[in-house]
Amino acid sequence: MSEHPVVVAGKPAVAHEAHHEELGFWRKYIFSTDHKIIGIQYGITGLLFLFLGFTLMMLMRWQLAYPETALPLLGAILGETRMPGGTMLPEFYNSLGAMHGTIMVFLGVVPLAVGGFGNYVLPLQIGAPDMAFPKLNMISYWCLFVGGVVMLASFFVPGGAANSGWTSYVPLANIATTGQTWWLIGMIFLITSSLLGAVNFITTTIQIRAKGLTFWRFPFFVWTQFVTAFLLLLAFPPLESAAVMQLADRLLGTSFFLPSGLVVSGQVLEVAGGGNPLLWQHLFWFLAHPEVYVLILPALGIIAEVITNNTRKPLWGYRSMVYSLMFLGFMSFVVWAHHMFMTGMGTAMATFFQTTTMIISIPSVVILTSLIISLWGGSIRFNTPMLFAIGFLPMFGIGGLTGLPLAFNVPDIPLHDTYYVIAHFHYVVAPGTIFALFAGIYYWFPKATGRKMNEALGKIHFWGSFVFMNVIFMPMFIVGLAGVSRRLFDGGASYAFAEPVLHWNAVSSWGAWLLAIFQLPFIFNFFWSMRKGEKTDDNPWQATTIEWAAPSPPPHGNFAVEPTAHRGPYEYSVPGAAKDFVPQHEA
Amino acid sequence: MDIPYTEEVRRDTGLTNGKIGVWLFLASEVMLFGALFASYILIRTGVPDWPRGDTILDVPVATFNTVVLITSSITMVMAWASLMRGRFGTYRIYMGATILLGGVFLVVKYFEYSHHLALGEFPSTNNFLAVYYTMTGLHMLHVLGGMAVNAYFWGPGAKLWKTNPVWFTNRVEHSGLFWHFVDLVWIFLFPTLYLL
Repeated sequence: MSEHPVVVAGKPAVAHEAHHEELGFWRKYIFSTDHKIIGIQYGITGLLFLFLGFTLMMLMRWQLAYPETALPLLGAILGETRMPGGTMLPEFYNSLGAMHGTIMVFLGVVPLAVGGFGNYVLPLQIGAPDMAFPKLNMISYWCLFVGGVVMLASFFVPGGAANSGWTSYVPLANIATTGQTWWLIGMIFLITSSLLGAVNFITTTIQIRAKGLTFWRFPFFVWTQFVTAFLLLLAFPPLESAAVMQLADRLLGTSFFLPSGLVVSGQVLEVAGGGNPLLWQHLFWFLAHPEVYVLILPALGIIAEVITNNTRKPLWGYRSMVYSLMFLGFMSFVVWAHHMFMTGMGTAMATFFQTTTMIISIPSVVILTSLIISLWGGSIRFNTPMLFAIGFLPMFGIGGLTGLPLAFNVPDIPLHDTYYVIAHFHYVVAPGTIFALFAGIYYWFPKATGRKMNEALGKIHFWGSFVFMNVIFMPMFIVGLAGVSRRLFDGGASYAFAEPVLHWNAVSSWGAWLLAIFQLPFIFNFFWSMRKGEKTDDNPWQATTIEWAAPSPPPHGNFAVEPTAHRGPYEYSVPGAAKDFVPQHEA
Repeated sequence: MDIPYTEEVRRDTGLTNGKIGVWLFLASEVMLFGALFASYILIRTGVPDWPRGDTILDVPVATFNTVVLITSSITMVMAWASLMRGRFGTYRIYMGATILLGGVFLVVKYFEYSHHLALGEFPSTNNFLAVYYTMTGLHMLHVLGGMAVNAYFWGPGAKLWKTNPVWFTNRVEHSGLFWHFVDLVWIFLFPTLYLL
């Protein structure tokens, strides 16, 4: 703090020192209102949940590779209600599946991509001293925390955690064990957290940006967070309504989602009936399709920052990328029912949704193409963040292109319930978004700590992850095209037609376990570099955007002198300039 | 460290942070209730018969409650307008009336609910009642929330008037925006549940 006195509007901060009390440990690090501390809280929470979600999946992969085989050591720890004699029960497998999805999406990627990077980087990039509503920011994080604790606790209630899929389809979810109630309550906290966060992000971006920083001077990352916040703001409330209705169904005995005459275990369910099970799917996917873009847009933002910085070139097609981004945001609200072609919807509806789905692929392709063209003719620096960014491009490409057959009503019907879909969307979010998140961690680590992460360990981490991500997911296309259902707890072993492709299950599983081993260099690097990493100056990557004008790590209030933006975000290799980058904040 | 534009407007946007924040929050609230209204339509049109609201619910009582809420919206505006004219005493009276009218609404609602429950009409009885209890229940929670905020600005929060009248007036305006929204939701709930 004392090294960099905070200056507000050109006046030294001395005037404010009078009512500036020194904060204690709890207010400084736990119940902090500083966007940077909150960003780190979100980020660490997100990373821990990503690791947990991955662990759940590694357990599932054992069952899929070696069905009905006792898992050595771990099997005994998990107990008789989950893995009697070390062999996994189908109910436990279902819980793992539902919670893997829930944790990865709502507690892993979103908190890290939006809560973590958004909170830490966005105010710095727009030259703000903090978020517009610092207390609300703190409340957002603690709502997420409570939601996370509720989700974790649900593993220990009778019947285990929610086991009706991360989509919680009714009527199954309505009659599921207690874990489902916990899931719904947890979701209400997570949704509230996202809503409050979204209000904060939008207000901050509009109001607290630095002098001279017009919208067209925003770094692409700021744009992605801005659009993402609108998606969170408008798409999440319908799921909140849906969660309230499902809670009412489960606790008050209402029939919002229960049709008349529903037979469960050979008996007609004693409820009023008259409800609509498809209503849940509509409300769920009305959130969950925009949610897909919540997962991917911040990732695209990070990639754009890393690529421009390491090619030393302006972003190719900045304006068309921004327009595409806005169009993507808007369109993401009118494609949701392509997740529901299997429900027997009429051809008119299916045609509408497959048309909008085809249209939404256009702006995605514009953005990806612009990023690829940005590489053209650059003298590329192959550091760890850049490797992850370059790795992201083909992975996201594969994920996107394999989505095309799913966009059409007719090919979707045979493919939808198979491993093909699992492979498709994991290419988008696992080697896609998660690679971008790694790129972001390596890229902004020096800003948060004043030290760089180790390059050699970073490269081991990248190549191991790159290879084994593909070893996991590529075989799933084969298994899926052979028609193996993605919902079977034995991975298809009980079906004769799956026989020729069944051995790929073990390949995927070994890929997952080896991927875990290649995360160890990252975990070690993360903690080791905090203390022992190479010390850097404030702008180690010679970047142009405003966050690098702040000291590393930035003090409370961020900037020594209130920054002013003088130009666009990516003035790299400007002809005639003294150095190959001209920062936004330099006059 | 101070966050800019909490009291004064930013010149190029013409807005304070709080005002943008409240409007964004209301946008999300529109989606929340919008989803419930949409679900109501889908459930109602999906079954062969659905009771008319006035055969089950008490229209005169709900009409009375509608008048109560609309009046509270007027007093809310008057409370803000009093602050704009610098009349803190009048503000206290109007704000007090707003909170009181909210209370009247809740008391009427309490008698309405207990009347139906006494008749054995529970949320589980049929989907009409499920919709009725869920939507009015969620609305009632919003009334409670609005009353809590208004009560804060009537009581302890009003200290801000002495140190920073502009900011205090802004905060009352924002609280008013939320209160009008809660009103508006009822204006939709009343005909769709009680009359149609």
